[in-house]
Amino acid sequence: MRKVALRIGELAGVLFIVSFGVFLMLSLMPGDPAVAILGEGHPPQEYADLRQELGLNDPLLQRYWDWLSGAVTGDFGTSLVPPQSDVLDRIGGALPVSLQLAVMGLAIALVLAIPLAMWSAARAGGTVDRLIGASMFGILSVPSFLAGLLLILIFSNGLGWFPRAQWVRLSDSIGGNLHHALLPAVVIALMELALFTRVLRNDLIVTLNEDFILAARAKGMPPWRVMVTDALRPSSFSLVTLMGISLGRLIGSTVIVEYLFALPGMGSMIVNAANQGDYPMVQGAVLVIALVYVAVNAGIDFSYGYLDPRTRRVDA
Amino acid sequence: MPSKKALRAASVNRTRLLTVGAVLTVVGLALAIFGWSTPSLLLGGKAVLFLAGVALLFQGVNRLLQGVLGRRVDLTLWLCVGWLVAIVLAAILAPYLPLGEQNDVAKTLLEPSYTTPALLTEHPLGTNNQGLDLLARSIYGARTSLMISLLAVAVGTVVGGTIGVIAGYFRKGVDSVVGIFTNALLAVPPLILLIALSTFLDPSIRNMSLALALLTIPSMIRLARANTITFAQREFVMAARLMGATRMRVMARELVPNVILPVFSMAVVMISALIVAEASLSFLGLGIQQPDPTWGNMIAEGEGGIMEDHPHIVLVPGAFLFLTVFAFNLLGEKAQARWDTRSAKL
Repeated sequence: MRKVALRIGELAGVLFIVSFGVFLMLSLMPGDPAVAILGEGHPPQEYADLRQELGLNDPLLQRYWDWLSGAVTGDFGTSLVPPQSDVLDRIGGALPVSLQLAVMGLAIALVLAIPLAMWSAARAGGTVDRLIGASMFGILSVPSFLAGLLLILIFSNGLGWFPRAQWVRLSDSIGGNLHHALLPAVVIALMELALFTRVLRNDLIVTLNEDFILAARAKGMPPWRVMVTDALRPSSFSLVTLMGISLGRLIGSTVIVEYLFALPGMGSMIVNAANQGDYPMVQGAVLVIALVYVAVNAGIDFSYGYLDPRTRRVDA
Repeated sequence: MPSKKALRAASVNRTRLLTVGAVLTVVGLALAIFGWSTPSLLLGGKAVLFLAGVALLFQGVNRLLQGVLGRRVDLTLWLCVGWLVAIVLAAILAPYLPLGEQNDVAKTLLEPSYTTPALLTEHPLGTNNQGLDLLARSIYGARTSLMISLLAVAVGTVVGGTIGVIAGYFRKGVDSVVGIFTNALLAVPPLILLIALSTFLDPSIRNMSLALALLTIPSMIRLARANTITFAQREFVMAARLMGATRMRVMARELVPNVILPVFSMAVVMISALIVAEASLSFLGLGIQQPDPTWGNMIAEGEGGIMEDHPHIVLVPGAFLFLTVFAFNLLGEKAQARWDTRSAKL
């Protein structure tokens, strides 16, 4: 229990530094927010009043404190670009879209990676193994925006199977939502699929050489059963670590895919805000993403104990 | 002495290798040329034929080489090295090469726009909407991309490596402070950090390199630190200290030369990640701006319905990007397998 408390304290410290960094970075931004809100050509007094009202004349640390104490209670301020909506509302609308895409991408990657890795590992060194290995290595070298454009070219334009650049909310129509989300999710899945398959295959090959696998085989269990019931769980350890490591990339490809397919998620929101110099928006979004990221990583750390009993009692 | 039987088996084997290799090479070459040049087929069909041809060609040449040289050659590795040498040379020599116009629209008013790639013409890889030559733009794009990524990796490796060695050698207070900052940097997903940075940095080559270097620093610190801790416990470090070496000397003469190999192989792997990051940022419109070409902003030109009619706008820079990233990935993987067995597993 003490370990958990310590870890949470560490996470809070990290988030504190992140928030300060994000705040500092965006305060250094050139350009006057008052001009951004009002537009050009107003009398100077109006700009000065607005600056006073926004608190831009206060010292940096006080502004940081104001922003942070607001952020903790859920008040991230309002967007600078019309419509000047509440940042938290916008994030609340965008986050579910991004989460759905990321989770779908991860699920697709896992569903495909596990059987592919098993197939590869069962015939290690054979033609299938080499073919899968080579294609996964190839996929790793295709940046997600390029993969997205190619898939759009093939599936939306060539074959006309999937629509482009629309989003149907899950609450409106489940079928419509899945139809619109599938192609973007596949793009997100590709890179993870390649990594997962490679890592799981290598781990499976190591596990398959262990004595308990030999014992299971000697009992006459069919090979697929040995693979699924005996080999998979002990081999999934690096896979879980890898999911933690690749989470950052997963978020990155979600951003790109949302931009590419013009989906109303966190990614397209943050890219647009960055392009327009809308700093309260960028600050809020970065902080929320960092929060999710850190929380999920911590969750993955704790899941080791479940997967591998050997790590349960070890004190770091 | 190998027996006569073995020798004969080897020569039969060699003849077979040569025949199969030759057949595959010819068929592959034919398919590839056919796929590339036949105008009547659909784009998808052409691409499939071309790729199948290239795959057969690869297998064929591989077998031929094995037959002629009598040993296995890692053809992929050599092709990757060849591509990288070619692209780096082209990028360095770009201003002296007889290339078409790459960014001055005023000079291409009379040039045709959206010509499709046709080798042996004035624009071997076609032109874009303003008649700018895609080959020239791809090579100048390589110049920008490679310069940014290499600068960033160099800065990141030197800074991150130094901090990592210091943290790993001194431990205690220094280590915890460094640890907190690494964790804070790693707590923001890389692309998000880049986007946040791009809101207030001018997208110049120098700023892009610094922003990307910031991404590489935390992982470099971690790697250098972990390796330093392992090496610091070894006998040769103890020996140096007992002989009265200062801490500076121990780090510079004993630790750095050992830590440098895994750090170097990590750097090679990172180059490709940085090329992708730079391209992604330019694609999002937050990196190097038009009309200066980078692979990312060239690919972005295909957006908004243009790619559908003129796929080569996306495919040409996309191919350059893919081949370069692939080559660096492969080299990085080989380097890690050789010099950094620990990271190579992941």
